[in-house]
Amino acid sequence: MSKELIRLQNLVMEFDGERILDDIDLYFNDHEFLTLLGPSGCGKSTTLRIIGGFLTPTSGKVLFDGKVINDVPPYKRQVNTVFQRYALFPHLDVYDNIAFGLKVAKLPKDEIDRRVNEMLEIVSLKGYENRRIDNLSGGQQQRVAIARALVNQPKVLLLDEPLAALDLRLRKDMQNELKRIQRSTGITFIYVTHDQEEALSMSDTVVVMDKGRIQQIGRPEDIYNEPKNAFVADFIGESNILDGTMLEDFKVRFFGRTFQCVDKGFAPNEPVDVVIRPEDIDIVPPDGGHLTGTVTSVTFKGLNYDIIVDFRGFKWLIQTTDFHAVGSVIGIRLNPEDIHIMHKSEYSGMFGDYSSYSAEYDELTEDAGDEEE
Amino acid sequence: MKKNNALLLSTPYLLWMVAFTLIPLGVVAYYALTDPATGAFTLNNLKSLNLYWGVLWQSILYSLVSSLVCLVLGYPVAYYIAHRGRVAQKMLYMLVMLPMCMSFLLRTLAWVGLLQDTGIINNLLAALGLPRLHLIRTPGAVILGMVYNYLPYMILPLYATIVKIDPRLIQAAEDLGCNSLQVFSKVVLPLSVPGILSGTTMVFVPAVSTFYISQKLGGTDTVLIGDVIERQFKQGNNPNLGAALSLVLMILVFVCTGIMNRFGADEEGGVIA
Repeated sequence: MSKELIRLQNLVMEFDGERILDDIDLYFNDHEFLTLLGPSGCGKSTTLRIIGGFLTPTSGKVLFDGKVINDVPPYKRQVNTVFQRYALFPHLDVYDNIAFGLKVAKLPKDEIDRRVNEMLEIVSLKGYENRRIDNLSGGQQQRVAIARALVNQPKVLLLDEPLAALDLRLRKDMQNELKRIQRSTGITFIYVTHDQEEALSMSDTVVVMDKGRIQQIGRPEDIYNEPKNAFVADFIGESNILDGTMLEDFKVRFFGRTFQCVDKGFAPNEPVDVVIRPEDIDIVPPDGGHLTGTVTSVTFKGLNYDIIVDFRGFKWLIQTTDFHAVGSVIGIRLNPEDIHIMHKSEYSGMFGDYSSYSAEYDELTEDAGDEEE
Repeated sequence: MKKNNALLLSTPYLLWMVAFTLIPLGVVAYYALTDPATGAFTLNNLKSLNLYWGVLWQSILYSLVSSLVCLVLGYPVAYYIAHRGRVAQKMLYMLVMLPMCMSFLLRTLAWVGLLQDTGIINNLLAALGLPRLHLIRTPGAVILGMVYNYLPYMILPLYATIVKIDPRLIQAAEDLGCNSLQVFSKVVLPLSVPGILSGTTMVFVPAVSTFYISQKLGGTDTVLIGDVIERQFKQGNNPNLGAALSLVLMILVFVCTGIMNRFGADEEGGVIA
């Protein structure tokens, strides 16, 4: 797409002997919208802070335009940050917050004025120049924070869960807004979030992280359709993950049956993880399906029903637009392209079983609110 | 209902305020405006204040200098404490508070013992073969006494303000191009203004009316307005003049703190030139 701007080489970060980042290798292209995605404590915010210059890595290199910048302090980097909860200056009004960086750089007054006004236009805050920060709503503060960073025309904008404090509706609007701003300015965005939907809808590239390691890098479509391991499959969307055996190319066996699939390149009879997305499963009459199971729970989700179906003690999540009553017996069909095969990993067996469906849902909503330090 | 409960609960103190703040204030004003002999209304007490403008000015000057010294000494300490770990913060806070747990009179008397011509400091100097210094009964000793006694009142509000400054604001300033000096001048200092104002007020107000410090540590040329007022009641037996002096002092203190707070409010709005 374009040239490489930032590269992280063998990055290791340790706090009190605990490894937060474990040998991260990653590069960022110019004009790219890249998202670091992962659960709390996966190291995504730490990575961002290292790029911003607020943390010095224990070992490894940070390169900017080919030059090592490990020891360059934040104020000398061509990078600006939109902080979690914005960190706007409470003693300054909207105008002076946005003008802050330009005034520090001692630009001429008329240029500062022109650029601040331009920014106010971009983030739709014209007329709010003299408002105090505490008189703004969350969404407005958010936009001031973005303007304050962007006005300096950085090469890279770092965004640390910038939408986490906003309600759902506003978050959707701001996602579109951010994407639009990124396209029109051409500035590289490095975006940190734990919200997979946000990551998929906004990014050019998604980097999925867990336990201080990169689990997968790719375009949103690839990450969703071709997850590399059980963690990615589970974290990005819903997945049923089963134990299987890859008999030969395009042939996988699970649940005592052999299925056609589109994957190849595995060792003969290699044990594998089989991923089946809940929205890919076709429901058919019991006698016409590959497998037969009993519906144990139905949840109406608006667009579809989430139903849990018991297949010989292993519970699957299936998304369907048709209602199926609890207790009814259904059959399912799996097309070859609905079956995705992954190598076994340290995450195998940890995800993809919906036997404790409701508990998992609670966990997800809890996780959505908290903030990663 | 809730409002009534609040009123009911605050009634004891409101009554206290009326009995021991408002009424005495009226009494002070009454004495200030009446003749000592006849009790008739007169402005003579206020007119005779002409003699005391010098002392009044001196008191204000001493308190201002003390406040400034407290600020300069106290700010770095408050900043240091605010940036320690939790436990260290508590320990240091206690250490700052500790002198306040001892009697004010005792603390001032202790300085007499240290500073006087045959005191601990001079004896030490003599023992080392150095010339003795005249320390006590100098303006410096009065300032020292004020600073020593009132420094905690500066440090504590400053600490309380600085510790509340969000560290992310400092990161944000660094991110926007500030070196450490600019971070201080553009973010930390302006956000400390409320603490600076309340600290300065809390040092200035007691310092401007003190009499004990100047009596024990000062000389004949460091008489402060507090001394004069005390004398009117105790020796001069002219409570009317004393009341007039108190009244003027109170008004002056109000004006001074008012100006300071006004200045602070302006400052907050336009720190970045």
